Amino acid sequence: MAVGKEIKTQIGSINNTQKITSAMEMVAASKMKRAQEQMALSRPYAESIRKVIGHIAQGNLEYRHNWLEDREVKRVGYIIVSTDRGLCGGLNSNEFRKVVRDVQEWQEKDVEVSFAAVGSKASSFFKRLSGSILSQSSGLGDRPKVADVIGTVSVMLKAFEEGELDRIYLVYNKFVNTMTQEPVINQLLPLPKSETAKREHAWDYLYEPDAKSILDTLLRRFIESQVYQGVVENLASEQAARMVAMKAATDNAGDLIDELQLVYNKARQAAITQEISEIVSGAGAV
Amino acid sequence: MAVSTVHLDVVSAEDRLFSGNIRSIQVTGSEGELGILPGHTPLLTALKPGMVRVVTEEGEEELFYIAGGVMEVQPETITVLSDTAVRGGDLDEAATEKAIKDAREALAHSSPDLSYAEAAAELSRAIAQLRVLQQLRKRKGK
Repeated sequence: MAVGKEIKTQIGSINNTQKITSAMEMVAASKMKRAQEQMALSRPYAESIRKVIGHIAQGNLEYRHNWLEDREVKRVGYIIVSTDRGLCGGLNSNEFRKVVRDVQEWQEKDVEVSFAAVGSKASSFFKRLSGSILSQSSGLGDRPKVADVIGTVSVMLKAFEEGELDRIYLVYNKFVNTMTQEPVINQLLPLPKSETAKREHAWDYLYEPDAKSILDTLLRRFIESQVYQGVVENLASEQAARMVAMKAATDNAGDLIDELQLVYNKARQAAITQEISEIVSGAGAV
Repeated sequence: MAVSTVHLDVVSAEDRLFSGNIRSIQVTGSEGELGILPGHTPLLTALKPGMVRVVTEEGEEELFYIAGGVMEVQPETITVLSDTAVRGGDLDEAATEKAIKDAREALAHSSPDLSYAEAAAELSRAIAQLRVLQQLRKRKGK
């Protein structure tokens, strides 16, 4: 039964693949839960900082920070948060496509574009795209730390301060829910003005050591926390996308196995029937 | 409510460390030790790596260690924005250089000369943590 044996091996190998994909699905599910928790934990910090910066912007007019002022745009920078590993559906490619479309618009306006890559997929993609890559960090793992993004952020901030970049965007996959992840491009610098910038408070803080250095620190921390939030959210998106992709792969493997099993059974039945008819006709001849 | 309290949030980018009503808080500000009671005038101060001592609503004392940050004080709320790791100019510089270097040679494994800045930061962190531990031990011994 040569035909049957071939099919049997194929079923076996698909079975093994299915085992792997279903294991990956379960791993991704548990990692996604953890990433979601981390996402929730990092939110209060960003909110508190935003609140304090709002207070300062309202209460203190003696010092204007140059991160708040719009300049004429000649060069823009993108911080692109991607995954380190593949097998997560169209997560990265959707994100990159969105960036590429945005970049083309800038290039039509004769604006130069540079990138800072977080995650190895982004760096390998944008290396090919002939943009200049200012910084790269990868291997953040399943529990990214704020320390992991400091390098990338300060490279971009420095470029902004020195006038090499006039605008900085942050790109990541926003975690909507398990089934939906949406690539978003947010403007980091200059800080978008809040709509409710109305002065209601007549008071001002006491500053220690002084308003300028505190505002500097806070703005830097704010940008860092924004990028960190992006990294964490992208991680949750990655795990969700991988979970869905692996679930689909497991289901497909199941379908394939069913089909092959049917073919195998038919082939086996045919072989048996043939054998019987051979025996019967052989017996008839004797 | 005989005792006046103030709401305190201690948050870092990675975690929420404390949230609740307190009677007083002691921290190490950039200009020196600070003790804050409810109804304090609005204050914004940078914090050094060190200990935070909190007396909760129930009169219990809680200690924890933060790696620097910023504290915002309002009459009814206090927010401590804690850093997640000890930060310093040199260390940030090193992280910057590393990111650039990684971009230049994606496969490079060599790290920049971090040793001194890292050791100094490590030391200040260790000392602050030690102080927290000593305080805790003293309280236990009581």
